[in-house]
Amino acid sequence: MKCADEFRSRDITGPLLTEISNRLDRPVRIMEVCGTHTMSIFRHGIRSLLPEDITLLSGPGCPVCVTPASHIDAFIRAAELPRTAVATFGDLIRVPGSKGSLASARTKGAQVEVVYSPMDALQMAMKDKDTTIVFPAIGFETTIPTIAATLLQADRQGVDNFFIISAGKTMPQPLDMLMSDPHLEVDGLLCPGHVSAIIGVNAYRRLAQTHQISCTVAGFEPADILAGLVSLIQQINSGKAEVDNCYTRAVTAEGNLRAQQLIDEVFKPTDSEWRGLGTIMDSGLELREKYSRFDALSQLGIPIEAANEPKGCKCGDILKGHMLPPQCPLYGTRCTPLSPVGPCMVSGEGTCAAYHRYSDQGK
Amino acid sequence: MCLAIPMQVIELKGNADDFLDPLVALVNADGIQKEIRLEMADRIPQVGEYVIIHAGFAIHTLTEEEALINLDLMRQMAEGLEKEGRLPGGDS
Repeated sequence: MKCADEFRSRDITGPLLTEISNRLDRPVRIMEVCGTHTMSIFRHGIRSLLPEDITLLSGPGCPVCVTPASHIDAFIRAAELPRTAVATFGDLIRVPGSKGSLASARTKGAQVEVVYSPMDALQMAMKDKDTTIVFPAIGFETTIPTIAATLLQADRQGVDNFFIISAGKTMPQPLDMLMSDPHLEVDGLLCPGHVSAIIGVNAYRRLAQTHQISCTVAGFEPADILAGLVSLIQQINSGKAEVDNCYTRAVTAEGNLRAQQLIDEVFKPTDSEWRGLGTIMDSGLELREKYSRFDALSQLGIPIEAANEPKGCKCGDILKGHMLPPQCPLYGTRCTPLSPVGPCMVSGEGTCAAYHRYSDQGK
Repeated sequence: MCLAIPMQVIELKGNADDFLDPLVALVNADGIQKEIRLEMADRIPQVGEYVIIHAGFAIHTLTEEEALINLDLMRQMAEGLEKEGRLPGGDS
């Protein structure tokens, strides 16, 4: 399927929707893996335009949502150290740990700054050498190379007051785990756009084969997403478990090799805890020995302690596709975007936040 | 959040003695300009080419032809969405 050609039509979304309706010959369940897809689907009202026989489930692709409470607690401990500031991506600061969030720590005097890029955090450290800067390094394969490049820059510049808490995660392992779940019925995966720009289309081939699941990589615009759904429905109808690429302007078969090298230079795989999903083997990244001087946990003596998830919160079931947000007893009552209990209600990419903001089921 | 809008490179900056080393691109899209690092670009762009950005870094370089097709398409889509009150039948 040549999505790029179809995009040239002025009324591209209309014909794509018609195509979806025409091709659909049985109910299908599709998981959109990436949080940016979830948000785009809601923002553009795509869910309401699709035939009822398509069920869209949100997957684990929201980095803030899958960061466990134990890590949030460690970020807060870092911010509470003397002469230390946490420089973080903005959507992390309201995420609750076991006792509070970075935002609530800030109101009690902890130093928490929002940055757009890890490089901005490094620049803070270089400007103010008397303050220790800790960057909570959350994110997937798209963000991790930016952190690796930042550490290499810090290394070149000999910066000694910049540290990270390594909490990066990789996407194929949780997808493999979810697709092995006999209770999760999914016919197709709408694979992330920019994670795929880094890891490449080929990264999903084994997943598609092993679990006989149809996969399509798609971009984030409405036409991208609708084209991705058309591709998935075609595959599902013909019983194919292949990996299609509908985001050819950004994604190649092998992915971005320079970015992959950056990750590999600085990090190595390790087991990692995912909020709601538990510990998944080799799904996280830790600093290689050569760069361990940037590790805030060992260098600043910050412990990671087991922490309970917020009581009653169903984010885990939502991230696994077992439950939709309105089925959670806290949704829209105790848990709202203004007063979130769980991470899926906090993040701009969280499923509960998207439901609450855009759906008439917001209560 | 990921942005799927390619930005055009209007200037390449940086030298070996600078904090900006190895290379930074000044990019523009619809009048918004920003400095973007190039360490993780799959290919170093030339001035006039386009890049897709994530957290201040270029993650993919596109040829002008690819980018213009995409930019044009996105503008058309945006116009269409506004005229029709987002999408036909959309309730948000």
